[in-house]
Amino acid sequence: MNDIAWIDAALTSARPRAVSALLRYFRDLDSAEEAFQNACLKALDTWPRNGPPRDPAAWLIMVGRNVGIDAARRQAKSHPLPDDDSLSDLSDAESAIADRLDESHYRDDILRLLFICCHPELPETQQIALALRIVSGLTVPQIARAFLVGDSAMEQRITRAKARIAKADVPFETPGAPDRAERLGVVARMIYLVFNEGYSATGGELPLRAPLCDEAIRLARLLLRLFQTEPEIMGLLALMLLQHARSAARFDQNGSIILLEDQDRTLWNQPMIAEGLALIDKAMRHRRPGPYQVQAAIAALHARAKRPEDTDWAEIDLLYATLERLMPSPVVTLNRAVAISKLKGPQAALTMIEPLAKDLSGYFYFFGVKGAMLQQLGRNEEARVAFDRAIALANNAAEAAHIRAHLDRLQKDSASAAKKV
Amino acid sequence: MLYAVLCYNSEETVFSWSKDEEEAVMSKLIAAQEKMAKAGRLGPVARLMPTTTATTLRKDREPPLVIDGPFAETKEQLLGFYVVDCESLEEALDFAKELGKANPGGSYEIRPMALLLPGTLKQ
Repeated sequence: MNDIAWIDAALTSARPRAVSALLRYFRDLDSAEEAFQNACLKALDTWPRNGPPRDPAAWLIMVGRNVGIDAARRQAKSHPLPDDDSLSDLSDAESAIADRLDESHYRDDILRLLFICCHPELPETQQIALALRIVSGLTVPQIARAFLVGDSAMEQRITRAKARIAKADVPFETPGAPDRAERLGVVARMIYLVFNEGYSATGGELPLRAPLCDEAIRLARLLLRLFQTEPEIMGLLALMLLQHARSAARFDQNGSIILLEDQDRTLWNQPMIAEGLALIDKAMRHRRPGPYQVQAAIAALHARAKRPEDTDWAEIDLLYATLERLMPSPVVTLNRAVAISKLKGPQAALTMIEPLAKDLSGYFYFFGVKGAMLQQLGRNEEARVAFDRAIALANNAAEAAHIRAHLDRLQKDSASAAKKV
Repeated sequence: MLYAVLCYNSEETVFSWSKDEEEAVMSKLIAAQEKMAKAGRLGPVARLMPTTTATTLRKDREPPLVIDGPFAETKEQLLGFYVVDCESLEEALDFAKELGKANPGGSYEIRPMALLLPGTLKQ
């Protein structure tokens, strides 16, 4: 790898640590970001000449802090400009500061930075955009592309989010255990939202939005490295790896959805699956189940099945029952009904989803599942009504196309049945 | 003399590589091993999963203590390793505990492997 590519990767990976530590020094997001930017410029200048530092994050924090302090002095106009050469040789000072920046500081710094992005007053889309900008360091055009909006609209969205955060109280004290656990939960949710922004992309949007999945996985790895013993963070990372592993098999050439049971399993990413399985294995040893772990365990059962008919639906049903207890939601029950249809047939599944009709009257998947069950029972007219409703509720062209394929099959079945008669 | 070459690098950086960068590095690494491989002098090559998948067994106490995460102490040094095929982390831990009974003190880090190539070395 050439120097610039290496420096770029090092700066990207050091960013969350460096910006979050600089935020602790400056207590202001704009100053922290600016100090980091300046430190990066110095890195691009000195690293190719002096070689990369052993701990890029520590180097960037120290240089960023010095530059930031100089900038503040400059603003106050009370001190002369600093001598740039004083910053060029840092090898000794760097190892000294690296010693002082212990892991426990990093942990709370990074958690704080992520937590600030999850401010409850910010709408979810702004939380995600802000985290991608500040924590991941994606550029505004990169984020705009992933959200399928224009650059200036995204710029505005991020500026507004930052303004709102600037007014809010940022929690700088070191959190106690309950606060830390709560922050961790909020941050985990935000990371999963980032992932789903990418994962819900379809067809032509996929190349633009899939990087969001990679970014969410990177953030979850970072979080888990800092909170090594949290089974739900292991579960979250496992869940995302196991879902993302299927991306190459999820859509056909026309961008239509391919259902799990129809996917070419040789296209699944085996290294990602292996890592996901290792993580869920590790998480379950704690015997502290949570929604991410259970969902990851379900994804793991699908990943382990070499062929669709090898799927352990009984175990999946049990896991969905656990999930219903941990996180009651009609959507969870709807998913459980799919497992039930495999175990006990479409009638049992229909009976299960009947009570959900009111809650899910505007939900695409509800009518998709209902239609499929009715179709399996040969109740074609009712199936058609359900599929029509699903198309009306489809969130995108790929979903609509998928249901239309069902309708076509229904049409053919009816036609051939009519011929037989 | 047989030598082990142990690979150390910043995990954060390596896992920030794009797919293209990753593939570029991998193909260069394979080319760099070619001479040794062809001469039948290359032993097994392994790539480990990230440290987030690691579990550590501290066997300096009874019963040994299982801790999430990689081995992090600097007082002890890497002295050797085993490669073992297990059904689960639980089974791998049981194997490590058995080893620990024979050789108390220190720690074992149990880390899933991302890749294991057998190599060309003959005994």
